[in-house]
Amino acid sequence: MKKEGRKLDGNSFLLVITIALFVVMYLVGIALFKNQGFAKTQNFLNLFISNAGLIVIAAGMTIVMITGGIDISVGSVVAMVCMVLAWTMETAGWGAIQSAVFVLALGVVFGFVQGWLVAYLKIQPFIVTLAGMFFARGMTAVISKEMISIKNETFLAWAQCKIYLPFGGYTNKKGMLIRPYIYPSVIIALVVLVVIFIVLKYTKFGRSIYAIGGNEQSALMMGLNVKRTKLKAYVLEGFLASLGGFLFCLNTCSGFVEQAKGLEMDAIASSVIGGTLLTGGVGNVIGSLFGVLIKGTIEAFITFQGTLSSWWTRITIAAMLCFFIVLQSVFAAAKEKNKK
Amino acid sequence: MNKKLVSVLAVSAMAVSMMPLSAFAEEDLITVGYAQVGAESDWRTANTESFKSTFTEENGYKLIFDDAQQKQENQIKAIRSFIQQEVDYIVVAPVVETGWETVLQEAADAGIPVILSDRMMDLADDSLYTCWVGGNFIKEGETCGNWIADYLEAQGRGEEEINLVTIQGTIGASAQIGRTEGVGNIVAEHENWTMLDMQSGEFTQAKGQEVMESFLKSYDDIDVVICENDNEAFGAIDAIKAAGKTCGPDGDIIVVSFDSVKAAFDAMIAGDLNATFECNPLHGPRVAEIIQKLEAGEEVEKIQYVDEAYFDTSMDLETILAERAY
Repeated sequence: MKKEGRKLDGNSFLLVITIALFVVMYLVGIALFKNQGFAKTQNFLNLFISNAGLIVIAAGMTIVMITGGIDISVGSVVAMVCMVLAWTMETAGWGAIQSAVFVLALGVVFGFVQGWLVAYLKIQPFIVTLAGMFFARGMTAVISKEMISIKNETFLAWAQCKIYLPFGGYTNKKGMLIRPYIYPSVIIALVVLVVIFIVLKYTKFGRSIYAIGGNEQSALMMGLNVKRTKLKAYVLEGFLASLGGFLFCLNTCSGFVEQAKGLEMDAIASSVIGGTLLTGGVGNVIGSLFGVLIKGTIEAFITFQGTLSSWWTRITIAAMLCFFIVLQSVFAAAKEKNKK
Repeated sequence: MNKKLVSVLAVSAMAVSMMPLSAFAEEDLITVGYAQVGAESDWRTANTESFKSTFTEENGYKLIFDDAQQKQENQIKAIRSFIQQEVDYIVVAPVVETGWETVLQEAADAGIPVILSDRMMDLADDSLYTCWVGGNFIKEGETCGNWIADYLEAQGRGEEEINLVTIQGTIGASAQIGRTEGVGNIVAEHENWTMLDMQSGEFTQAKGQEVMESFLKSYDDIDVVICENDNEAFGAIDAIKAAGKTCGPDGDIIVVSFDSVKAAFDAMIAGDLNATFECNPLHGPRVAEIIQKLEAGEEVEKIQYVDEAYFDTSMDLETILAERAY
């Protein structure tokens, strides 16, 4: 019991650091780019608008990482989801709702196959999802090598449905009233995040995931159904990847083979910055959210600065990853010491 | 615990402040946000340089440049950031043609004009952008066809039966479609010209060589090879030489290509390539011209072509090469 308490302390400490880092970075941004409008409400909301898909995908990634696994197929799944949405609506003439339900089901099936291979055949998650990554990207190209633009009116209405907030309006220099807004995708992403947070923290399934990631052997001896729990985790993650892909598509409104390349790495980086351990057993979707927001803030820095190469985003994220990995290992070492 | 937290924050604040930043904006400058595709080719780099050297503070501009690393989602983010920064104009060289409605609507709602550079967007509502600036691929193709006609005339072969082949670009690319059409228009004007075959070399040297090898096997009397970019021409030249034939101004086969990259000048100086037709990347000055017109409240044309030249072996290529930006 005491050990459990300490572990949680360590976790929440990492979370606090992530959140604090985000706040500090954002305040630095406001201080530096005050004249350029960094402090605007909309600038903050844009972090959510542009990253709604990634927030959901990172939440899914966090779940499989807590089980001690990984999923590198998510970027390709996003591309496939966008392509299937575009193709079914534009070429096959499906309705928007029908297409959306179909891609979500596709994600569940994809997650089920990957999860089954990982849990029941005990194949390395990296290898399984590597195959999944090639498969999904390949299928995307098979469906169409050309870009497909989504012109379905219902879908575009979802994508362009601005929800104005009742505060933070201002008049811009052209004399137009600008009110801050979000898109439905932001609400979906945040609701999903809260639901996943509750599932992980307060349900048997959620706790089993932590137990398996912490120590698979003892989880087994405690009588947990390790295989089924893992399978469920991958199915949930597959669903979240396709939902993330759907939100991503609401932002880009097109299907294209090259889409979302490397998105899996952004999701993994966000999870790690958010305090998730690659070894499993530790992690929190709220942390992953802030991981995504930190990445978005770095990108905002680069564009507001205006002359730096955008590759600095990657370099800064690399530095942060190093920082967090070292921090985590320091914690792990401290914990070991405490045990003795 | 608190001490640790403070030190961690200090370290992170340091890490952030280490990034080289400059944050001053001058009121009277015209702010232009440019969302560039990336830096994938010499052409692209020259295009970027053209903007950076045109939109300087001395010329009365502040340029906010963003490299999207070939990703549409990065470009969408960049445009959103430009809107927040209340730039006066947004210039976009779109990575892909599709999926711009939402973010361009956001720009329109904020009253910021959007100018497209190089590539077109596939939009349901064309009023979402002010104008487009880029190369005229059809005209490039026609210039090429006319140059071939003049060249043959000068050689006294104006009335001869002429056999042509085309190594096309990647099928469906706007450069391929336009150049094929432009050349085709001129071929149709000459009854003594026959287009023997057209195949895609996918804009690469290796594929260009492969296609040329198969052409040489199938047809023994090829007079002119039209390559839809320079790289394909380099491959074609290798194939011609390997087949024991000669090309260039002193050879059996006339080889022409598009784009005019530096290596094409080297090939012309070496006497392998006859001519190359430019795809001008220097869009900066034309965009600046448009912005000045818009500032003065004038109307601008929706489609604006940049001036494009061609180069052949009769010119002083070494001097031109030394002065070229790309």
